[in-house]
Amino acid sequence: MIKVLLFAELEEKAGQREVEISAEEMKISDIRIYLLNKFPQLTVINTAMPAINEEYAEDEVKAKAGDNVAFIPPVSGG
Amino acid sequence: MAEQKNFLITEEVINIQEVVDKVTDRNAGAINTFIGTVRELTKGKKTLYLKYDAYVPMAEKKLAQIGDEIQIDFPEAKVAITHRIGELGITDIAVVIAVSTPHRADAFTASRYAIERIKEIVPIWKKEHWEDGEEWIGDQLEKKPYPSGKPEKEDLQ
Repeated sequence: MIKVLLFAELEEKAGQREVEISAEEMKISDIRIYLLNKFPQLTVINTAMPAINEEYAEDEVKAKAGDNVAFIPPVSGG
Repeated sequence: MAEQKNFLITEEVINIQEVVDKVTDRNAGAINTFIGTVRELTKGKKTLYLKYDAYVPMAEKKLAQIGDEIQIDFPEAKVAITHRIGELGITDIAVVIAVSTPHRADAFTASRYAIERIKEIVPIWKKEHWEDGEEWIGDQLEKKPYPSGKPEKEDLQ
């Protein structure tokens, strides 16, 4: 199982902060597609930067069961 | 008991002195602090309050990365950063950065670097609440938009 975290606008649009995907492994780009199918209103996910286990990652990278994947919208701290 | 982590996300009011104390050093000739506060007017629009959210473990990791990056250029620098999340009112302190170095010029440079870098790589978001609405604020670097809508690879190293 892969845990996916959604923040800020993504969390609001999806109505939840966590999504669990039953898969042994999945490419980040496929996770985006999966989420867009599940939440068609989540188009802003295309401007979010993926992270795996708290490090920024590329779309081609595969997440594995047990990983925490996060989609990071443009940040606005400070 | 105060948190002793140098890179911290907190829901509590930030105690500036505690952040400064973390970088106090006998070899330091300067401690530079940057204090980021909640502004009322942004482009003429009146903010009532802000809400900050963060991916806390990753945000603390990225703050620590900024500390590491500073130490590449300034090996003797000590860095501490605390960022508050949750609901903040106008004039509240959102972030405190403290940098100590043997000489003052480096402390100024490193402190400036840290706040600019926070706005690039640290997963913290603010939502502005106005009289007539609310919105999550995206990239606020202004001078450096992300054409692809996300940080480029070199921004994230």
